Amino acid sequence: MKGSPVASETPETPVTSASGDEGTAGGAGRDAQRPAPRRGLTLVCLALAALLLVSVVVAIGLGPSVIAPAGTARYLWAALSGGEIRASEATTYQVVWEIRAPRVLLAALVGAGLSTMGVAIQAMVRNALADPYVLGVSSGASVGAVGVTVTGGLAGFGIHATSAGAFLGALAASALVYAAAAARTALSPLRLILTGVAMALGFQAVMSVIVYLIPGSEATSTVLYWTMGSFGAASWAALPVVAVAVLLGIAVLSRHSRALDVMALGDETAASLGVSPDRYRRGLLVLISLVTGAMVAVSGAISFVGLVMPHLVRMVVGAVHARVLAVAPLAGAVFMVWVDLVARTLVAPRELPLGVITALVGVPVFVTLMRRRAYMFGGR
Amino acid sequence: MDLTLDGLSVVTDGRSLLRDLSLSVPDGRCTGLVGPNGSGKSTALKCIYRALRPSSGTVRIGERELPRLGMRQSARLVAALTQDGEIDLDFTVEEVVALGRTPHGRGNRPLGAAERELCERAMERLDIAHLARRGVLTLSGGERQRVLVARALVQEPEILVLDEPTNHLDVRHQVELLSLLRGTGLTTLVVLHDLNLAAAACDRLGVLCDGRLVAAGTPRDVLTPELLYDVFGVRATVVSHPLTGDPQVLYSLTPAPPAPPGTAPESAPGTAPDPSPDPSPRPSDPVPNGSDTSCTSTGC
Repeated sequence: MKGSPVASETPETPVTSASGDEGTAGGAGRDAQRPAPRRGLTLVCLALAALLLVSVVVAIGLGPSVIAPAGTARYLWAALSGGEIRASEATTYQVVWEIRAPRVLLAALVGAGLSTMGVAIQAMVRNALADPYVLGVSSGASVGAVGVTVTGGLAGFGIHATSAGAFLGALAASALVYAAAAARTALSPLRLILTGVAMALGFQAVMSVIVYLIPGSEATSTVLYWTMGSFGAASWAALPVVAVAVLLGIAVLSRHSRALDVMALGDETAASLGVSPDRYRRGLLVLISLVTGAMVAVSGAISFVGLVMPHLVRMVVGAVHARVLAVAPLAGAVFMVWVDLVARTLVAPRELPLGVITALVGVPVFVTLMRRRAYMFGGR
Repeated sequence: MDLTLDGLSVVTDGRSLLRDLSLSVPDGRCTGLVGPNGSGKSTALKCIYRALRPSSGTVRIGERELPRLGMRQSARLVAALTQDGEIDLDFTVEEVVALGRTPHGRGNRPLGAAERELCERAMERLDIAHLARRGVLTLSGGERQRVLVARALVQEPEILVLDEPTNHLDVRHQVELLSLLRGTGLTTLVVLHDLNLAAAACDRLGVLCDGRLVAAGTPRDVLTPELLYDVFGVRATVVSHPLTGDPQVLYSLTPAPPAPPGTAPESAPGTAPDPSPDPSPRPSDPVPNGSDTSCTSTGC
């Protein structure tokens, strides 16, 4: 994951920080903490990439059996390069390569995807409180998964039947929201949000009914799994689909980052700058639904990351989407790798739901940053 | 480049917002659009900067028909200052100004040196260079308005369309902005509420009322007490500016101008004039009352 090409296109602005400091010293106290843009971006991205690499290796090493980072790196290298492993190490190797590696990589991918899709949805519906699940994707996925579990449908997908059901449920929810929100004229952001919220409540009701009517069945645990999120089911087989969806999604968004900037100026202004807000909104809706659906299908709905990570990143690198989209995937990936690590080690052998930890960690951080920085979103 | 509106009509939800508006905005001149609230001024402008598709009629830029151009193409010809000045994210001032180059670049290509200089010049012209690194959401309304004008200028358009650009501006910046607009030499169509500023800034004025163009011409021809009464429902005196000769409109707040003979307010014959006249207009008053300020009255 290299972020976007923007990182390397940083123009030389040797006086950036100097002139910035002068400007703020002149009495504009409120933005004294604004970061000097551009120059720091490459640095931030490199630092995060390095941190991600370290985090992945460390996280793979930690668990019921602790493996030193050097050992983990050796096993990973052996797996990648086809090197040899002594027979006495076979079990440890299995743990590293077959169980922990896919799980940690999945965490990184989903973290990257969620924070990027959060950026996209907030630009699309022009609302600071939106997260990737606002279009009803998560509750739709739960209904799909539970439906498959209860009815035994989609058996053709084998062990991936539940994931397939979740993915289809997510897409169905998005399609429903779109159909209900679309009017003869344009796709109104507010109507999208309201429809999404209403649909989500509807899906939750459906889910409750299923769980209520079929008590004690597998349905209850499936519901819990999908509403709280977990990477427990990670496997190499599940990775490619998510990887492709997330990486493609990030790439596409990065290519259109300036259009996202323009959309934040308002629909009419966007039109006057040659960006059709309605066209972009439809495209974004499809993109967000597909990528988020793919993620929910393998990990369930992990709350909070998609809402808060975009804000945290904007506080550090400013609002321009080229920069935000370069940093958000890396930051989200690092965050999620550590969250997953805590989730599976804190009360081992039991696992905490991811949503619990994202909220416990993220909320205080977010509130603190909000209070410290002169951060604004839509002047509110 | 000339801007021509040809028979523009806009109907939304069965309501006719604009009826058969034809107006030509000559090359390099500043044309003003005035009219009461809801008369269709903003709707007309939206058709020009393509936020709205007219139900019928067309907009031409030079010889080219707007609907035949791509969005980006027309954004290179027409820049707009819109009414929805809300910005969601806390961009810095220079970032917002730089977004004016969007229709000229492909994708995410960073601005070139010439473009950056263009942005800096525009910020200096609008007196916002010292704010370059400030977040736009921390600016005052007037500062923000000037940022948006700078953004429209770096778009390097042929035609500039502005919807109440003097909103939120103090008097000095109103005068400076309108002087600057005249100085750009661009074909300009501007909606203004202040008729005196419109008369001073514009070479021609179009008056909209209830979606129709009811008068067009030089400010001197258009701004007459009769038209002001018919369209805006106010009695006003029009005088010449002592220095420039532009027509200037003077309002009197109490709607009690010298009534024409024979239509004097009802008062019992023979009694002395009421020492404390009732300020509320009576039904038979010849002067416009509250309900008359909309242009749906007899006037147009």
